[in-house]
Amino acid sequence: MKILVCMKQVPQKDAPLKLNESGTWIREDVSYEVNEPDAYALEEALRQKEKHSGEVVVITSGPARAQQVLREALAKGADRAIHLEDNAFVGLDALNTAKAFAAAIKDEKFDLILTGLQSDDYGYAQTGVVLAELLGWPHATIIMQIEKKESGIRVKRELEAGYFQFVEMPLPAVLTIQSGINKLRYATLIGIKNAKNKPLRKVAMAELKSAFGENLQKIERLYIPQKTKKTELIEGSPAEIAKKLVDKLRNELRVL
Amino acid sequence: MPDTILVIIEQRQGKLNRASWETITAGQAIAAATGWTLEAAVVAARVGELASEVAAKKVAKAYAVESPKLEPYTPDAFVAALKPFISAKQPKLVLMPHTYQVRDFVPKLATAMGRTVISDCIGFKHENGKLVFTRQMFQGKFSADVSFASEAPWFATFQNGAFRGDKAEAGASAAPVETVKAEIADNIVRNKPQEVFKETKQAVDLTQAEIIVSVGRGIKEQKNIELAKHLADALGGDLAASRPICDSGWLPMDRQIGSSGQTVAPKLYLALGISGAIQHIVGMKGSRTIIAVNKDPEAPIFEIADYAIVGNLFDIVPPLIEEVKKAKAGG
Repeated sequence: MKILVCMKQVPQKDAPLKLNESGTWIREDVSYEVNEPDAYALEEALRQKEKHSGEVVVITSGPARAQQVLREALAKGADRAIHLEDNAFVGLDALNTAKAFAAAIKDEKFDLILTGLQSDDYGYAQTGVVLAELLGWPHATIIMQIEKKESGIRVKRELEAGYFQFVEMPLPAVLTIQSGINKLRYATLIGIKNAKNKPLRKVAMAELKSAFGENLQKIERLYIPQKTKKTELIEGSPAEIAKKLVDKLRNELRVL
Repeated sequence: MPDTILVIIEQRQGKLNRASWETITAGQAIAAATGWTLEAAVVAARVGELASEVAAKKVAKAYAVESPKLEPYTPDAFVAALKPFISAKQPKLVLMPHTYQVRDFVPKLATAMGRTVISDCIGFKHENGKLVFTRQMFQGKFSADVSFASEAPWFATFQNGAFRGDKAEAGASAAPVETVKAEIADNIVRNKPQEVFKETKQAVDLTQAEIIVSVGRGIKEQKNIELAKHLADALGGDLAASRPICDSGWLPMDRQIGSSGQTVAPKLYLALGISGAIQHIVGMKGSRTIIAVNKDPEAPIFEIADYAIVGNLFDIVPPLIEEVKKAKAGG
């Protein structure tokens, strides 16, 4: 199977974020990491390749720093990478991002495209499904298992409240992957060394510009959410905090 | 003719999804702010009684969009039914709940129509004649006001719990119901879905728990779960977790709180090392009292906490266990 994994670099989970001057985006001087569900998508692609042979290609868009995500993926076992390199990619909406990806892979023939079910920054939960529609492929979302069949695949969709469903579908297809579908591997030293010699194709925005248009949605402003609840800060040494809390539990909440 | 807001109602096995009422409430609020007309559509193999249930609410019209091919759900059939329907009705705004099913088909629908979706919104504002939608970004650390830059129809989905379903206003009289037969060609549905099932019988029912001690990534290692367990035992409560903990196999999946796990509303929810991602918050924000312990003062969990302790849970929890035990022993 020839598999493409769409990955994204996002701010680290516990990185303190600050707004930029114009209040439309965050200040970019933070630490970044791979979007967690995308890491599971990559792992699943590598496992499928190990079972059925083939090729795993990773793609991302973003400034030079985003290349780190691709390097890590290559170190873990991906065969080659595609980097749509430009800071302006960060500001694209889901439709334009998917259009850029579709344009960048137009000469390739993938059997399967995997991506995380949503990103930790925008949280659209859309790009994978949009890409499927642009390519004219079937899709399934929030996937917890992939099994190759003679004529296609059988996937396990997660539904709400602990329910699941198996879906059979033809290939090629796009799947969005849920965190926890597998156990992530670490890159080995030899993997990191080999990654340096694996092909990484850079695509400039100018090459793709004709493929997409203006964003269809616009962030007017970004701000710290207004608190709707009055929060009482409990301070002191751990022993003092414990005493204060127990007092609340007993006398105000009456749960002790 | 005024512009129209169309709410697409979700149903499962003849029952309306609770989140659909919340979207009706949202639609009523936007209609009141903009002066636009509100309509609703139920999409199903056989809509039956559901249409009149919806028509009893304060809506101008209810549609029953029907085709035998809509059951079981597939994204191909839903888009094949909704694209021509929406194209014919020309609503300004199409609203849906941000359910797993809607997430599965609405990006495809909007793309097929050359439009965009503002997804997972928690509110809206109507400012100087401009409609903007509020959604969380960066895992709830920021909110964004987002506007549409395209022609209608505009698509937006609302997060579970963003509006109160029980606040959906009833109409003075029942709205007219129109049945629309969706024409879905024979060969367009590619996915073959099988029966919906539950993995294992849910061993733990946290929905009835009065006290829940819940752990997140801040617990660091599997062996530290024991510490949270001691606190839960001391309090006489149940142990629960956010998704990453169950993904790691540190606690079984049936102890997971959030959109993919259980939704709980205990008297006390004690969150240890949980940052408060949206997917977790939707499962516990109904708790009567929320105490959060987290070392990051910016953690979104503090936005909804009644009591906030900024600090290391490994410093706080051991003395807390001792104090709780003392209080219980002392009576």
